[in-house]
Amino acid sequence: MMTLSKKKNGKWVIRVGLASCGIAAGGKKVYDTFRTKLQDNGLDVELKQTGCMGMCYNEVLVDISPPEGGHVFYKHVTPEQVERIVAEHLIGGKPVNEWVIPADALDSLLAKQKRIVLRNCGEIDPESISDYLDVGGYKAIEKALNSMSPQGVIDEITESGLRGRGGAGFPTGVKWGFARKSPGSQKYIVCNADEGDPGAFMDRSVLESDPHSVIEGMLIAGYAIGATEGFIYVRAEYPLAIHRLEIALAQAGERGLIGEGVLGCNFDFNISIRQGAGAFVCGEETALMMSIEGKRGMPRFRPPFPAQSGLWGKPTNINNVETLANIAWIILHGASAFNACGTDKSKGTKVFALAGKVAHGGLIEVPMGITLREIVFDIGGGTSSGLEFKAVQMGGPSGGIIPASLADTPVDYDSVNATGAIMGSGGLIVMDESACMVDIARFFLNFTQDESCGKCTFCRIGTLRMLETLERITSGKGEEGDLELLGELAQGIKRASLCGLGQTAPNPVLTTIRYFRDEYEKHIYEKKCPARKCQALITYEIIADKCPGCGLCAKYCPSDAISGERKKPHTIDPEKCIRCGLCESVCRLGAISVH
Amino acid sequence: MVVEISVGEKPSFAVIDAIVHKHNVQPGSVIPVLQEIQDAYGYVPPVTIQRIAENMGIPASEIFGIVTFYSQFRLEPIGKNLIKVCHGTACHLSGAERIAHILAQATGAEEGETSQDGMFTVEQVACLGCCSLAPCIMLNGEVHGRLTLEAISKTVSQVKESETLTPAE
Repeated sequence: MMTLSKKKNGKWVIRVGLASCGIAAGGKKVYDTFRTKLQDNGLDVELKQTGCMGMCYNEVLVDISPPEGGHVFYKHVTPEQVERIVAEHLIGGKPVNEWVIPADALDSLLAKQKRIVLRNCGEIDPESISDYLDVGGYKAIEKALNSMSPQGVIDEITESGLRGRGGAGFPTGVKWGFARKSPGSQKYIVCNADEGDPGAFMDRSVLESDPHSVIEGMLIAGYAIGATEGFIYVRAEYPLAIHRLEIALAQAGERGLIGEGVLGCNFDFNISIRQGAGAFVCGEETALMMSIEGKRGMPRFRPPFPAQSGLWGKPTNINNVETLANIAWIILHGASAFNACGTDKSKGTKVFALAGKVAHGGLIEVPMGITLREIVFDIGGGTSSGLEFKAVQMGGPSGGIIPASLADTPVDYDSVNATGAIMGSGGLIVMDESACMVDIARFFLNFTQDESCGKCTFCRIGTLRMLETLERITSGKGEEGDLELLGELAQGIKRASLCGLGQTAPNPVLTTIRYFRDEYEKHIYEKKCPARKCQALITYEIIADKCPGCGLCAKYCPSDAISGERKKPHTIDPEKCIRCGLCESVCRLGAISVH
Repeated sequence: MVVEISVGEKPSFAVIDAIVHKHNVQPGSVIPVLQEIQDAYGYVPPVTIQRIAENMGIPASEIFGIVTFYSQFRLEPIGKNLIKVCHGTACHLSGAERIAHILAQATGAEEGETSQDGMFTVEQVACLGCCSLAPCIMLNGEVHGRLTLEAISKTVSQVKESETLTPAE
């Protein structure tokens, strides 16, 4: 997943992936155990924490580089394994092959990826500015300040074809141009790190793994449009990202990379962090600015656009984390290196958080134009359950479902839009046959209905009516005409909502009706849930032949619906059963069946 | 100044004033002030709202509007341990609702509630961004992923045994 790292003094380098995923999987204990074992053995090895290596399904990941270069990746590392790795690999010189990710597996994962945004992720220590400087960090702002005019920077970004990675895909260079042309001595740069889509973690990973690249992107943007102040608006749910950003900002300040007279030039730029307070709508740019101003985060009408009148009425340029992480690379390598990759209208790469029922979930970066099939099967390794691939969900609650039959759709803004979904910020959730599409639509509507700020009537009440209709359908009370009602409400909400939240809220419903109408009809007319998900339409039963009577399910059943003698098959009382499915989850023998 | 208060302590105006004065030079600092107060007490004690309003020259109604708009803010104290249950798309597909059921059994608190013994507050969150480790929860600021129902019961009983104090969110 990475370029060959520079060897430091011919030493062994051990990298432990310590982004949130790695830590959640127990990475810190692995890191500490390495430290102890290295000390015990008196080994002079460079042990470092890095961010996300992208292969989340293999966490805890450890990457060992011998002095002669190259990488050996260990997967699912536990503290108990460390001693043997140190003894056999570091001292003995032979990798413990049974725990290593085989080279061909790595190849198939990486062959179709191209890393621009994630260039340093998993490679450098995100809490060390010298690591970032070692890989060419802050060279791009130096180049811009010393040899490019602000307009020259904007021209380069425009030429690169970079479009906003937050989802809407507006050309970044053009946006910067508007902000530059707006009159005013005080201008602002805002980094939108309010990654609210459920199922998306690209921005978190980038901020946790390579915060300096985002800061450098903001500096370049600030220089280009003539801003002196920047805000990073980041979700409070991402404490590690905030922590690492704080460290990075302090380090950049100490080195004179932010503050007054950046790099000794006549350019001042300060950055402060603002923590979001848990409102999805604040990912919308006008709502985000209201929140930075200390108000309820409610969107307002555009125009005026933020480039004309943004924070405190001043010209403001807002870019997403991933967009900003591309900037330094484009300035250093040139627009033509960037737009060599991608399709006619969508240049460069896109980062996706690949998750759901996929075998190899993680953080991936692919050239625009790759097909969904390549992502799901070649990179993702197909479904994790072995069940048939059914659909992908792109763009979170604003996006839609793309069915397996359209898996050859190329990933670019326009082709994805044509399916009724949107590119979105990069959440890509794979679904297998076990997913109920009506339930998924209900799930997203429940989310948007809850997150609607309440300003526009259609969004506030329309989404509630849609949700109620979906709840009726999933609870077996669907009626003739419900689908038409959903369609009508959807059109109204799309047309009469002020901001992106409302305008896109019906998308998950519209795409599921478009591609999986038969599933809706089965719920409505036959009162059946083909995927066996909707609680009101299913019953749980114990298969007597498979049940040894261990009593585990009875222990977990919250409604005391399961009874039976020990060591004899148990039974479920359908009257008492609340269909929570806990018995199915705890049974190790697959003795619970769902009808 | 560093404010050191333990969760559960009665709100003091001196503390609130100190937090406000640390921030009030900047425009738009109401949200950071409220976040710091919540960090200190585990919630935004309603009595503090009037005090902040007076200090900052903003109507109390406006501050109340902010507190109730953002889901991060709580007007009621939380238990000693805070559990956030992720209901993101990946977690939903992997049975987040079952996780919530088990947590309710193990802690005695349904989502949005605090257990009677004051040990646990269980909250529902939209997404913790650890989708590859679904299903996951956040316990006192730390993410636990790839959960099984047994693992949750075990984690909860471990917490009960160790009686850890909550580091505020």
